[in-house]
Amino acid sequence: MPRIQEIRKVLVIGSGPIIIGQAAEFDYAGTQACRALKAEGIEVVLVNSNPATIMTDREMADRVYLEPLQIDVVQRILLEERVDGLLATMGGQTGLNFAMELAESGFLDRHGIRLLGTPAKGIRMGEDREEFRAAMMRIGEPCIPSGTVMNIPDAIAKAEEIGYPVIVRPAFTLGGTGGGIADDEAELREYAATGLAASRVGQILVERCIAGWKEIEFEAVRDAKGNVITICSMENIDPVGVHTGDSIVIAPAQTLTDVEYQTLRTASLKIVTELGIVGGCNVQYAQHPTSREYAVIEVNPRLSRSSALASKATGYPIAKVAARIGIGYGLDEIRNEVTGSTYACFEPTIDYIVTKIPRWPFDKFVRARRTLGTQMKATGEVMSISNTLEGSFMKAIRSLETGFVGLELPALTALSDAELELRLPVVDDLRIFVVAEALRRGTPIATVQDVTKIDPFFLGKIRNIVRLEEELKAYRGRPAAAIPYAVLRQAKQWGFTDAWIAKMAQGSARDVAAVRKAAGLVATYKMVDTCAAEFAAATPYFYSTYDGENEAIPSDRKKVLVLGSGPIRIGQGIEFDYCSVHSVWALRELGYEAIIANSNPETVSTDFDTSDRLYFEPLTPEDVEAIIENEKPIGAICQFGGQTAIKLVKPIAATGLPILGTSPDMVDAAEDRERFDAIMEEAKIPRPEGRMVFRTDEALAAAEELGYPVLLRPSYVLGGQGMVITYSDQDVREYMEIINLTEQEHPILVDKYLMGVELEVDAVSDGKDILIPGIMEHLERAGIHSGDSISIFPAYISEKIRETIIDYTGRLARGLQIVGLLNIQFILFNDRVYVIEVNPRSSRTVPYISKVTGIPLVAMATRVMLGGKVADLGYGTGLYARYPAVYAIKAPVFSFEKLHDVDTSLGPEMKSTGEVLGLSTNYGEAMFKAILASNFRFPKRGDGILMTVRDSDKPDLLPLAFKLSAMGFELYATGGTALYLNQQGVPTNSVRKIDEPTPNMLDLVSSGKVRLLVNTPTRGRQPERDGFKLRRKCIEHGIPTITSLDTLFAVTECLVRDLQTADLKVYEIGEFAEIVRTTRTNILPLHEMPDQNQMLKK
Amino acid sequence: MDSGTKGSDAVLVLSNGTEFHGRSFGAKGTAVGEVVFNTGIVGYQRVLTDPSYCGQIVTMSYPLIGNVGVNPFEHESAKPWPLAYIAREFTDPSHYQSESALEPYLASHGVVGIQGIDTRALVRILRENGTMNGAVSSDPDFSPSAWMDRIRAFRAVDPVLEVTCRETRIHPPVGERRFHVALLDYGCKDGIVRGLCERGCEVVQLPAGTSAEDVLALSPDGIMLSNGPGDPKDNVFQIAQLQRLIGVVPMFGICLGHQLMALATGADTAKLKFGHRGGNHPVKDLAHDRVYITTQNHGYAVLPETVDPKVAEVSHVSMNDDSVEGLRYFGIPAFSVQFHPEAAPGPLDTAYLFDEFLAMIPRDTAR
Repeated sequence: MPRIQEIRKVLVIGSGPIIIGQAAEFDYAGTQACRALKAEGIEVVLVNSNPATIMTDREMADRVYLEPLQIDVVQRILLEERVDGLLATMGGQTGLNFAMELAESGFLDRHGIRLLGTPAKGIRMGEDREEFRAAMMRIGEPCIPSGTVMNIPDAIAKAEEIGYPVIVRPAFTLGGTGGGIADDEAELREYAATGLAASRVGQILVERCIAGWKEIEFEAVRDAKGNVITICSMENIDPVGVHTGDSIVIAPAQTLTDVEYQTLRTASLKIVTELGIVGGCNVQYAQHPTSREYAVIEVNPRLSRSSALASKATGYPIAKVAARIGIGYGLDEIRNEVTGSTYACFEPTIDYIVTKIPRWPFDKFVRARRTLGTQMKATGEVMSISNTLEGSFMKAIRSLETGFVGLELPALTALSDAELELRLPVVDDLRIFVVAEALRRGTPIATVQDVTKIDPFFLGKIRNIVRLEEELKAYRGRPAAAIPYAVLRQAKQWGFTDAWIAKMAQGSARDVAAVRKAAGLVATYKMVDTCAAEFAAATPYFYSTYDGENEAIPSDRKKVLVLGSGPIRIGQGIEFDYCSVHSVWALRELGYEAIIANSNPETVSTDFDTSDRLYFEPLTPEDVEAIIENEKPIGAICQFGGQTAIKLVKPIAATGLPILGTSPDMVDAAEDRERFDAIMEEAKIPRPEGRMVFRTDEALAAAEELGYPVLLRPSYVLGGQGMVITYSDQDVREYMEIINLTEQEHPILVDKYLMGVELEVDAVSDGKDILIPGIMEHLERAGIHSGDSISIFPAYISEKIRETIIDYTGRLARGLQIVGLLNIQFILFNDRVYVIEVNPRSSRTVPYISKVTGIPLVAMATRVMLGGKVADLGYGTGLYARYPAVYAIKAPVFSFEKLHDVDTSLGPEMKSTGEVLGLSTNYGEAMFKAILASNFRFPKRGDGILMTVRDSDKPDLLPLAFKLSAMGFELYATGGTALYLNQQGVPTNSVRKIDEPTPNMLDLVSSGKVRLLVNTPTRGRQPERDGFKLRRKCIEHGIPTITSLDTLFAVTECLVRDLQTADLKVYEIGEFAEIVRTTRTNILPLHEMPDQNQMLKK
Repeated sequence: MDSGTKGSDAVLVLSNGTEFHGRSFGAKGTAVGEVVFNTGIVGYQRVLTDPSYCGQIVTMSYPLIGNVGVNPFEHESAKPWPLAYIAREFTDPSHYQSESALEPYLASHGVVGIQGIDTRALVRILRENGTMNGAVSSDPDFSPSAWMDRIRAFRAVDPVLEVTCRETRIHPPVGERRFHVALLDYGCKDGIVRGLCERGCEVVQLPAGTSAEDVLALSPDGIMLSNGPGDPKDNVFQIAQLQRLIGVVPMFGICLGHQLMALATGADTAKLKFGHRGGNHPVKDLAHDRVYITTQNHGYAVLPETVDPKVAEVSHVSMNDDSVEGLRYFGIPAFSVQFHPEAAPGPLDTAYLFDEFLAMIPRDTAR
């Protein structure tokens, strides 16, 4: 079937901000779709609230809307743009929900808009539990048997019908309290009784327990005429019970016989056919480990995290193919771009093993509950490829960048056997290391399998690694050359780094490297080609092995290596992939061969046709050095891959390869406190006074000298990790106690904390001239991490301050001899500008400021690194936009509801997972859009607002409380705050504190009356604990929480204006940037910005 | 092509002189044969027991082979047929149905194995140069140069006669008997027998040397021609018998059976550069404009230009290289496919062809 000719303009819906469970994979999918559609001559309109994405580039789509993903907004864009096709299956669950709503409300039919891809009926069948069960019944595919009952005898009857063990879940309770797994009738009686009591409606669900079964996934693609194929099978090492997003996944499935594999594959074809899928679909199964029994767990009738993984694992571009199918093509009409000679209508076969390991945020959220279950907690993932499972696994472990390079963890080797035994059944992020430790101590595989339900096949592979680690230890005390060739070769083929071999055996990584290289053991690269080498392929997509033949023969072109940013994590998100990709494009435009190295399967940078060559490899010194040795590029670019790439500056420079842009020495100077202070001194730029200390008594003395509050943090850490604001000796002691638990190589920094307005710039510099697209101002006062602050462009500052910032930026750029990008954070305190942080690299705000100003910062920086001059690049020098007649406001997005025991109060450590943008020519509208897009649920007039703030915040709270009360909100506050507000004439209900008898605040929260919590954290152990409890309670009840009055100010402003989503004006980003261009020299702001920051500026 | 001979105790040598050094697996000794590769990921046991691999040295492109051991349910014949077996790594099995690991199984059947070599590099050589002969040896005194003449001269002699059943076998139908089918066994996979029996056929499996008269004497409702090894043109007797059977009784040929039918009706076959072996081959059913994923295992193909347009038409083509994947004969109840609708191992997407075969049998003759 040829393409449907009537389709001329298509709206692609993105998935919005990065949250846990919905990450960069949808930028990858959406970007592929845009490219496929544009290649067909179709005009592409894109809507997504996430400015850090590549899909929202004008290069990707013809018309881009960075607007809140609200049904009214989407409808408005569909109509204003006269779109005739809607592609919603690239935007995750968000996109799918819009598709359903627009189709079912009749909107699409009314306006003659075609839903491309899977019809609404099929989507509903896949999404609606009951419809799905009915569909599976029709085609004879087994679902997990279950039933709802209201008493114990019925529960027993149901359990007998479906077979023990069964899971008992009380209906309509939060957090699954009152349920359990019953192995027999006696246990069932017990759980059923507690479950029925716990359920608000006296109902329990009795479900066949499939925990411990193998979890298998298939990705399938179907076209409108019924051709259907599977792309890839995947097997979770973690059996059913752990969310697939939190599972270690191996592709292809490893432990299935042909009969089992074909049964599940055939079932996938039947399911997607029954659902009428047109495009991609993911099917998840539970396979009983010791019988033919299996069950369909669920389907995703759209592109998903798994489809991104399957695409990267096989090389098959699922999203691109799905987009083409969406506009009418058959699978047999779409070329396989990898081979160039065959068609998309085939099943990829692979000749390597792929491992995916999730990246969890527990390094940031040290107090979070680390156990894994049905709620996903990972923020990102890594993938690795090798032709041994052991190698694939070891490469994935080090790709995580969590400091682990092997399977031996000191914290676990220190455990007694009894402690380890207790640890083994715990399902958390460290389980695989615990398993390894148990195997190391000789625990039989059967025992480990019994406890963990992990298939012995995988346990055997883990044991292989552990045994090799032990074997290497036999060479301790002898030179590296004593390790036999066969052992060394095995270690390299199994993914051991030289450093790990050295640590297990003897010597330094350099010794091991020298020995193995002398023996001819060097990395060779194999191609990912979709066909196991059966056909010649054109894809320049490689992974390393230690087998004989190297397929990655370098070209004779001038080439540059761009280092990617690895897995998505808090503090290092999709924005760095945006930067890496733009750098690659700029290099290609300049005629260089662009090579990228990255380990993240969710990204655009790891799409095989983004760069000239893709190395899917861990971003560690050894892996990168091997690429350099193979390719011999003229230089490496480390400015765009976040901290991951910056960390590689030194090792890469040590190989003798030039680092393009800012020199390694200056990168070091920016991070080394003493050197940096010297540069600041030289440039005569003030910074908050500070001291360097090692011991607690020194810290206390420094704090005394500087005066509280002071900021404490370890040096050589960026992103605010481990940073606290302390107000007392007690705080300082507590902090030093914790930080000195691990030996500190570098000093602790004690800085005077200035509670002023934060300002931020990104600039491109050639070492002489700079260009600053615009100055951004943070809504929240200093002390909240810039990534968690609402950021406003343009900043509302006086001419004098503005000139100071431009001047300081220039001086710093020259002082650090910056060639490329530079990010600086300032504090405006008592009308004086201080520099608080300088990053000699691209930053989180680069995509946002690039898009709204239309200045291609990354492309410019790349050109500058290769000899270009800022002044010659067409955008001038100095500050580009002063007071353009627009507002572009970035708001952070959090994933707190996914993580247990994480405090929602904001501070110097970053906690947000994503960001959104609000654009308007009107401040209020921009702010409303930003907050709305961040998934903040505004309370409605008449709703309750619970306020509990520290004493020092009370005066600031008063005017806000007054406004809120006047608007008709019902205010609640604890004793002190309530008394204060009532005395000042703001009617407020008094509520008891948490430690007081019920009814207290917690009961109020449970009652549903409160729709917003305002809580500024109070110092001290008990109030902190109470505040924490209250904030968590609110998160669990879906009640938005504000922990800074600055944020409340903005929210109150929005409530006063009472804007409705239906009234929002939408802006195409190119047109928005054009407004910026034409009004960029305005000297005065368009409107007076509200004065929330003004008092601080005075 | 390997990083050295250190630690190796087995070698693969190709007829062009390329050597791969690895570790011995399975039986010890030396085996000479035609080196081919299979790109399937699962189902190695079914690959091993497929008689079409008689006379060949089979390379698995997927690097981990042996994960689920050997089980009683996935034998396609009584024994493994390849002369030698090559994988990057033979693994320890983990599966509840496994009766044996791969190593003792191969050893007990005399299949020489080698592991630890760069199989991807090997596949690339075979893809570029075409299928070639080779030897796998774990003999410490093995000398490639001394063996080279024998390697180059190797040719499987009458492999069909080696693999076919020695005497007639009757397979009862599953459930009620609906059809009576004669199965000419040129090296039949049990999957074909299963495909027929499951559809109510009583199957009479006949040795490849059975004459047309003897087949007809059974008064079968239909004749099924099986897969099998080797160059189809070597089977002169079988082709002659088929010329007397085509059109007389409804006929369905698979793989070698398909090639023999074509040869019997005047078409020609030729050897493919490196063959089709794997479970991911897309084939287009031209009549229905649908693509199916199929299992394939063949080194020869019917040349489309030699098919007499008055006799037959190409019904299926390979999406990968446009080679002939099926023929439908005009005016007579006969069709054939190059691929394997019985799968085993591989996708079950084309099992419907068994139904199409049985649908050719007139209702009144079926019994």
